[in-house]
Amino acid sequence: MAKLKDNAVMARIRHRAEQSLAFASLVVIFVFFTFANSAFATWSNITGILLSTAVIGLLAIGTTFVIITGGIDLSIGTGVTLTSVMAAWSLNNMGMPIWIGIIVGILSGALMGLFSGLAITRLQLPPFIATLAMMLIAKGLALVISGVKPIYLESVEGYNNIALGQIIPNFPNAVLIFFASAVVASIVLNRTIIGRYTFAIGSNEEATKLSGINVDRWKILIYIIGGIYIGLAGIVLSSRLSSAQPALGQGYELEAIAAVIIGGTSLLGGKGSITGTVIGALIMAVLINGLRIMEIRQEWQTVVTGLVIIVAVYADSIRRRNAGEL
Amino acid sequence: MATAQLLSVEGVCKSFPGVQALKDVHLDLNSGEVLALVGENGAGKSTLMKVLSGIYKRDTGVIKLNNQPIEVDGPLQAQKLGIAIIHQEMNLMPHLTVAQNILIGREPRKLFGIATDDKELNRQAKVLLDELHLNLDPNQLVGKLTVAKQQMVEIAKALSYDSKIIIMDEPTSALTQSETDVLFNIIGNLRKSGKGIIYISHRMEELTKISDRITVFRDGQYIDTLITKDTKIAKIISLMIGREVAQDIRPDQAKKFSDSEVALEIKGLSTKNLLKDISFQLRKGEILGFAGLMGAGRTELALAIIGKDQISAGEIIIKGKKVKIKSPADAVANGIGYLSEDRKRFGILLNQDVKFNLVLSNLRRLTSQLGFINTTKTKGLSNNAVKNLTIRTPTIDQKVKNLSGGNQQKVVIGKWLTRETDILIFDEPTRGIDVGAKDEVYKLLGELAKAGKSIIMISSELPEVLRMSDRILVMCEGRVTGILTNKEADQNLIMQYATKYR
Repeated sequence: MAKLKDNAVMARIRHRAEQSLAFASLVVIFVFFTFANSAFATWSNITGILLSTAVIGLLAIGTTFVIITGGIDLSIGTGVTLTSVMAAWSLNNMGMPIWIGIIVGILSGALMGLFSGLAITRLQLPPFIATLAMMLIAKGLALVISGVKPIYLESVEGYNNIALGQIIPNFPNAVLIFFASAVVASIVLNRTIIGRYTFAIGSNEEATKLSGINVDRWKILIYIIGGIYIGLAGIVLSSRLSSAQPALGQGYELEAIAAVIIGGTSLLGGKGSITGTVIGALIMAVLINGLRIMEIRQEWQTVVTGLVIIVAVYADSIRRRNAGEL
Repeated sequence: MATAQLLSVEGVCKSFPGVQALKDVHLDLNSGEVLALVGENGAGKSTLMKVLSGIYKRDTGVIKLNNQPIEVDGPLQAQKLGIAIIHQEMNLMPHLTVAQNILIGREPRKLFGIATDDKELNRQAKVLLDELHLNLDPNQLVGKLTVAKQQMVEIAKALSYDSKIIIMDEPTSALTQSETDVLFNIIGNLRKSGKGIIYISHRMEELTKISDRITVFRDGQYIDTLITKDTKIAKIISLMIGREVAQDIRPDQAKKFSDSEVALEIKGLSTKNLLKDISFQLRKGEILGFAGLMGAGRTELALAIIGKDQISAGEIIIKGKKVKIKSPADAVANGIGYLSEDRKRFGILLNQDVKFNLVLSNLRRLTSQLGFINTTKTKGLSNNAVKNLTIRTPTIDQKVKNLSGGNQQKVVIGKWLTRETDILIFDEPTRGIDVGAKDEVYKLLGELAKAGKSIIMISSELPEVLRMSDRILVMCEGRVTGILTNKEADQNLIMQYATKYR
C-alpha cells in the first residue's frame, strides 16, 4: 500500500515538474529580455503583452479541447473574423444592446463548432477537411455580412470597456477575461464528464465507443466548446479595436495551434492541459514583444517564432522518449 | 450446478466482402458454466463474439437470452442486456487512470451531473479491485502499466458491469502463471454465482482445467460440442484441424542438407518483449517452415532477424560471418529479404503499375548518373520477371491492384528477385490467395530453393507447412519448442509442440 501511494505522489510530482519545465522556459525568456532591454519589464509593457495574448490565448484554450480529442480546428482564425463581424453587425446595423451583441458573437461561434462537429461525425469528414471548409465559409460570410468594409463601433457606448476597461486598476479586462476563461476551461477539462471523455476519445476512440459512450455526441459538444471560445475571442478583439475588421483573423489559427503545441498538448490526442496552453501562448507573446522592443524586424520575429516551435516540440518529444511514452 | 439455459445462438451467418466468416453456427450457454470455444485462426470465434457484443450485425439467425429473442445493436445495448466482453486486443485508454478506465461511462457525478466525483470513482474502483484481489493503484495511468496489468484492468472493467454473460477472448495471452491463477479463481467465483462464461483460448491445458464443455468451430462452421471431462486433448485438436490434408504432397524427404553451406545461423536470439533464446540454422537450398499458433512469435522472430525490431541478446551469422543488422536496410545489404504477411501495407504499391513495383527496390541500378530512370532497361527487366514468374497481367503497365492476389504475391517475389537476396523470409505467402494460385506460389518457392536460395516460410496452415518445408521449426510463447524433419513431422506432433507451454 505504501508503495502504491509513493507511486501516485511521484506521478504528481513528475506532472508538476513537466509543467514547470514550460514555465521555466517562459521565466528564462522573460529574464533574458529584462536584462536585454530596460523597457521590457515595465508594468505597461507587461499588461501590453498580456493584452496582446488575450485573443490568441482564448482561441488556443478552446482548441486545446479539440486537439486533445485528436482533432484539429482550422476555422478558429477566420472564425474570429466572423464572430466579431456578427457581434458588430447586430450592434451597429441592428442597434441591439451590448449584451445581445455579446450573445450573438458567442452563439455564432458555437454554431460554427456545431456545423464542424456535424460534418466530422455525421458526414465522417476528417477534422482537417471539415474545419478547412468551415474556415473558408466563415471567411466568406464575414466579407458578405460586413460588405467588405470594417464595421466601426465607436458609437456603441461602453463596448470598448469589455476589453479595455479596468475592473482591476491598471489591468485591462481582456486579460481578466483570458485568465478567467482559462480557469473555467481547466476546471471543465479536469473535473467534468465532458473533460474526461475529451481525454478518452483522444486516447483511444474505438475503445471509448466500445465502452458504450456516444462518441459522436461528445465530439460535437467539444467542437461547440471550441466555437464558444472563438466567439469570446471575437468579442474581445472587436471591443479592443472598437471595430470589426473583415480581413483580420486569418492566420490566428496557426498561432493558436502553435501555442497549444508549445504548451505540451499532443497533436496525436489524449494528452494536454490548459495551463500548458496558457504558458505556450505567453511564451509566444513574450518572445514577439521582446524582439520588437529590441528593434528586431517583424520578418525576423516570425522566423524566430518558427524556430521556437521546433525547439519546443523537439524538447517535448525528447522528454517523452525518456519517460518511455514514445 | 444450475443448468438453466442462459444464451442460445441459432443459425447465425455473417459474411464480409469475399468471405463468409460464419456459416449457420449455433452455440448454447447455461448459467453457472464455463463454455470453451475453440478453433484454428479464422474459425470464426472472434467474429461470433463481436456479433454477440453488437460490434458486428449478423446477416441471419436468432440470438436468445433467457429464451427471449434479442437484438444487439451496439456495445451499450450489450451492456444493458448483461453481456460483457473482454476483447482480445487491448481496449483501454492509455492516457486515463485505472479507475477512469474501469468505470468509463458510469462515472459517479456531482454538481447536477456535470462534474466527475473522482474521490468516489477511485473508491468504487478500489472496492472492485480488492474484490478481485488485484493489487492495482486506481490512480495509476493505464499507459504506464505492463501489458499483463493492463489485461487485468480490462478484466476488471468487464466484470464491473455485473453482467450475466461474460465473454473472454484469449484473456490469458499476456498473463503470467500466477496472474492466470488469479483469473481462474475469479472465473470459479463467477461460475458459483450463476454467471455464464464463454472462454476462448488456444491453450488446451487451460481449457481442460477451467471449462465444463467445449464447442469447436472450424472454417466458420459449428463442428461439435464436447463435455470437457470426457474428452482428450488430442480429440479436440483433431476436430479443430478437421479437414484431411487435401493433397498429401511432401517435399523429397530424402534430401540431405548437412553438406550444404549454412546460409544463416541464429544463436541465442532474444528480444525484450517476447523472444527467448532462439537458435537455428538455415542451409543453402533449404526451406525451413516456421509453425506455431498466433502470437507464438514467428513474425516477431522474422522482424528481429531483419533488424526491424531490436534484439536484446544473440548473434546473427551469415555464411559463417557474424553480422550486425540494425535496420531492414542492413538486412537487404546482407542478402536477407522479408516478404510481409500484410502484402497490401508493406509489400506493394497497389496504385502503381507492375513495372514500377518490380523495379522499385532496384532503381539505383536502372538510373543514369543524372538521375533519370532508364525506361528501356526497366521494361526489359520487368518483362523478364513477368515471363519467369508467369505473372498473369495483360501488360507491365497494368496497375497492381487489378491483379489477383496470387499474381500480386508474384510481383512482390519478383521485386525481391531483382535484388541479390540469398535468404528470403516469406510471412504467410499464401494468405488471401485462392487454391489454384497457391499451387503456383508453392511451385515458385520450390524453384527458388532449387536455384540455391535459402527460404524461411512462416505459415499458420499446417498442410502448407508440411507440404513445403524440408524442416519445421515450431514456436510457442516466443520460444523454439521443436525443430522437426519433414519425415518425422505430422499435424498432431506440430500442434503438440505449438501448445507446449499452453
